[in-house]
Amino acid sequence: MFVTAAYAQQSTTTEGAEAHDAAAAGEVHTETGVAHEGEAGSGVFPPFDSTHFASQLLWLAITFGLFYLLMSKVIIPRIGGILETRHDRIAQDLDEASRLKGEADAAIASYEQELATAKAKGHQIADGAREAAKSKAVADRNAVEADLSKKIAAAEDRIADIKTKALADVGAIAEETATAVVKQLIGGTVTKAEIVAAVKASAGN
Amino acid sequence: MSNDPTHQFLVNKIVPIEIGGIDFSFTNASLFMVATVGAAAGFLYLTTSQRGLVPTRLQSVSEMSYEFIASMLREGAGNGGMKFFPMVFSLFMFILTANLLGMFPYFFTITSQIIVTFALALFVIGTVVFYGFYKHGFGFLKLFVPHGVPGVLLPLVVAIEIISFLSRPISLSVRLFANMLAGHITLKVFAGFVTSLSALGALGIGGAILPLIMTVAITGLEFLVCFLQAYVFAVLTCMYLNDAVHPGSH
Repeated sequence: MFVTAAYAQQSTTTEGAEAHDAAAAGEVHTETGVAHEGEAGSGVFPPFDSTHFASQLLWLAITFGLFYLLMSKVIIPRIGGILETRHDRIAQDLDEASRLKGEADAAIASYEQELATAKAKGHQIADGAREAAKSKAVADRNAVEADLSKKIAAAEDRIADIKTKALADVGAIAEETATAVVKQLIGGTVTKAEIVAAVKASAGN
Repeated sequence: MSNDPTHQFLVNKIVPIEIGGIDFSFTNASLFMVATVGAAAGFLYLTTSQRGLVPTRLQSVSEMSYEFIASMLREGAGNGGMKFFPMVFSLFMFILTANLLGMFPYFFTITSQIIVTFALALFVIGTVVFYGFYKHGFGFLKLFVPHGVPGVLLPLVVAIEIISFLSRPISLSVRLFANMLAGHITLKVFAGFVTSLSALGALGIGGAILPLIMTVAITGLEFLVCFLQAYVFAVLTCMYLNDAVHPGSH
């Protein structure tokens, strides 16, 4: 088998030489190429050449085995991990989003409730104030009216008083005036009783 | 390089290694297996190193491939099949990266080696058989006895089921291998036309336009095939694993 290896090396060198020749004469090369194949692989179609099967199998086993190990121990757990992390993260984000939405909804609900309470309270305060103002106004008006009517009554009393007094005075003045007028006109005296009767009679008119 | 379209599939030794008289040399195929593992694992490792909650573009590529395979496996084999997720994910990423690396000029396509695809297919079928018997014992054999088949037809149907089961590793491996091989050969042949025609002078250069367009178009198609074959391999793996998880349910 050592012979084969040496032989193969030799054939590799001849191949190199042939390739060199081929650069000069392409036509010749094809023939020598075929001849070379015949030497190396006993004339069979290269993929069916069984001389290298053992080596192919060994190196395929080594390389594919290594590749399989790398895939199953490093690459697949890694990509699987990446995808799982992403999947978890998305699910987590969705959960977080729905949680936040719930919170926002609750906040809106409580806000609206507080708004309603505040509105009701505002109405209540306004109503109370309005009622108080109304009743105060009514009370004030009543007090003022009472005061006014009292003052009016007092004034009417005084007017009546003054009127009677004035009327009484009018009688006295008329008597005096009548006495004087009579004195001037007639030159005589008239009794006080006559005068009073006359004044009363004219006042009665 | 050679005009021989199969030259690209030649395995060359880089570091000759021999253990117990068997040739285990580090070849260009081995080199590209290492490169595939390095590229795929490096991409997945570096793009996810930020562990961003909001992924970057490249990180979302890694995440998308993860979720793509995860949903494929869940649909194909149910939640019971999810324990095989590392396996299906590794297979898909390995095959996809190997196919795409093979699209670079002068790069070796490891999935164009029948032994590589066959080994991967045997790994899948071996897992199915091993897990099926481990989990269900001889109940796993119900897989070969579909429900509701008349007694007369049963031997025939069972025979067909067994043959179809045995052909799975072959179809699984040959599908991937043949697609990659044929695509690369076609590409090489059309590209070869371009060079050989344009060597014929002005008329040849004019005639080379058609194969050039074909080469561009096939390159695009091949990228599609690269993804599609990795996808098909992964989908079929899921379907076969479903047999191991739920035998007799189909």
